Amino acid sequence: MSRKKLSRRQFVAATALTSAALISAPFVRSARAAGTLTMGFWDHWVPGANKASTDLVNEWAAKEKVEVSIDYITSQGNKNLVTIAAESAAKSGHDIMAMPTWWSHAQSDLLEPVNDIMEPIIKQNGEVNGTVQYLGQLDGKWLGVPACVGSQIKGPCSRIDLMKKFANIDVQEMYPAGAPPKADNWTTDTFLKAAEACQKGGVPFGIGLGESSDNVDSAGAFFLSFGAQLVNAKGDLTVKTDEVRQALEFYKKLISFLPPDVAAWDDASNNKWLIAGKGALIMNPPSAWAVAKRDAPQIAEQLWTHGFPAGPKGRFAPFLPYFWSIWNFSKNKEAAKSLLVHLSKPDSIERLVTASGGYDLPAYSKLTTLKVWEEQGPPKGTLFHYPNPYNHQTLSIAASPAPPKIAQQIYTQALQTKMCLKYSQGEKMEDVLAWAEGECEGYMRS
Amino acid sequence: MVDVAFQPNSVAPARSTRKRASLRVALKRKSTAAFLMTLPLILLVGILVVYPAFYSLHLATLNKSMQRFVGFGNFEFLFKRETFWLVVKQSCIFALSAVFFKALIGFVVAHLVHNVPAKGQRKWRGMLLVPWVIPPAMSTLAWLWLFDPSYSAFNYTLAFFGIGPISWLGEPNWARFSVILVNVWFGAPFFMIMYLASLKSVPEQLYEAAAIDGANWWQRIWYVTLPMMRNIIAITTLFSLIVTFANFDITRILTAGGPLDHTHIFATWAFRVGIEGSDLPLGASVSLFMVPILAIAAVFILRDINKRGNEA
Repeated sequence: MSRKKLSRRQFVAATALTSAALISAPFVRSARAAGTLTMGFWDHWVPGANKASTDLVNEWAAKEKVEVSIDYITSQGNKNLVTIAAESAAKSGHDIMAMPTWWSHAQSDLLEPVNDIMEPIIKQNGEVNGTVQYLGQLDGKWLGVPACVGSQIKGPCSRIDLMKKFANIDVQEMYPAGAPPKADNWTTDTFLKAAEACQKGGVPFGIGLGESSDNVDSAGAFFLSFGAQLVNAKGDLTVKTDEVRQALEFYKKLISFLPPDVAAWDDASNNKWLIAGKGALIMNPPSAWAVAKRDAPQIAEQLWTHGFPAGPKGRFAPFLPYFWSIWNFSKNKEAAKSLLVHLSKPDSIERLVTASGGYDLPAYSKLTTLKVWEEQGPPKGTLFHYPNPYNHQTLSIAASPAPPKIAQQIYTQALQTKMCLKYSQGEKMEDVLAWAEGECEGYMRS
Repeated sequence: MVDVAFQPNSVAPARSTRKRASLRVALKRKSTAAFLMTLPLILLVGILVVYPAFYSLHLATLNKSMQRFVGFGNFEFLFKRETFWLVVKQSCIFALSAVFFKALIGFVVAHLVHNVPAKGQRKWRGMLLVPWVIPPAMSTLAWLWLFDPSYSAFNYTLAFFGIGPISWLGEPNWARFSVILVNVWFGAPFFMIMYLASLKSVPEQLYEAAAIDGANWWQRIWYVTLPMMRNIIAITTLFSLIVTFANFDITRILTAGGPLDHTHIFATWAFRVGIEGSDLPLGASVSLFMVPILAIAAVFILRDINKRGNEA
């Protein structure tokens, strides 16, 4: 029997051919027949919340025979924004990316429209609020599917005892658990009086005026409640208006009742302020309450999340949604859409919201009365009004209704908080308005 | 004697042998070996420094949506912005004052350490280098807690003396002071160690000669120490100026540019505009604005070094 010897040259050639074949043919029919899908999701701060997302994705992947890979990307240090910028520049990366607030618009040229899946999702889950439409749509094109994960309302979180003691306001009576709000008297005037009373009582409201998101969101909601827009929906400058002047006058009074260092506050400062028992109210999603429940339970028992005060032009609360968007360079768009439909089913959303302890908010009208918000406590019902179950307030975002690409600049540069600070520090009203107008003109570059 | 018969066709092999020999010689040359050994680093610098530098130049010439060439349009736009000139002013204040104090403190401390007896000197050197070896993002977080708007450890201490509370990060001038202070704290050990090395290389005879001539302490420093350290001072200053101008982490963590943009420097503002504001071309233009400033500084400082080198 002859035995053919394999020469070194033949061995090298055979290895090279095999490697080339393997590299050039990755989509061999197998159990993972529908290819691969990668996603960059927001890294949730609530322990265990990411697991709910992973489980849902894996269930879908097993059914659809898709190989999935999830990266949870933190928003600490804006790592998620850096990743989005890098992937958009490289035109390569994940198939699905969690886009915070403005980022779907900022990357609109590179995103796959998802109108075909949004229509049935809305039919199933109910209408989305105006802010989601504003941030998620461009010329009728949906730029992403509203993600409940990470979406939040930054309304007031008050101390029940301190508000009663110093401001004579019973926040539980005003916003009773399981019933509609009785908050007709909860106006910007009442708010100012309460701020003054609490400041005199040694527990001032903790509303920051720094350049981070929490501070900008509060200022934005108050501006809207006075009808103050720096740039209107058409893109015209509307800085020098009576509404803006009124908003600045309101903030000047409010700042005199706030802690003296609010100009340096970041997104953690208000949480610390409330949890340390130093203040009677902050503007925040329930993260401060959740941390207090762990670290300062006697404080947590006294916290109640409720609606914003109403101004002359309405009651507005900051809503910051996330979107799951598909890059147009994704190689598996159909699978990505199928996954987003799965994640947007009512059951999936309920699992995600429950895993987050009620922090995450669905954008759909039929999903604002889930059990989790009724049950959370102590005190029981503290989160009942968090998802705005009675549409008692208009969900909004600072700098709206300016065209999103201009509004993003106003928001990022914290123009509204800077205006408030400048005016409160003694600059003349007209100088502040002229300065802000100049800044807005600069943001209009295309 | 050669015992191989002459073959007319053997010219080509002879040439290739010569080629191989010359290749061998080239490879044996020290300069070739050095080049080959540094090649990985050159490639790395090319990929991570040269390419991004040219890419940012390219970015700076595009419009906001990166679809149109605008030439110097982004720079023209920046020159009209009040905030941009505020950032230029602050970057200069930040870099110049921080480098000055780092050099001054480094110089003083290097002298103190130099005078410590050799036996205990190593411990002091080690301890004084600690701020420089801790990653600045971590140490700045500790400073942030010390300056915290509501729970500042400094204010707590000052309260015992009836001083304060000071809004370290909330009042523009104090905020500027705070970011410069942390930068000086972080960077001074680098100056100290460079100056210490330089001090050790100054020949003792020069001091002895100066002492015989009746030079006092100040004259010894002015006429002996400083001239001998001039080159190292120039190089460390240039190096530190570049690093301090491009600083990001300390300001970003402490103030994020606030209050009212009064602590923004080039890198933090470029991040704010480019990454957070989704305007990469404008962000690239802001960061590129550092280049001419640093190039002018480098020319002046390095020219001086060359001059002295020639004099020597």
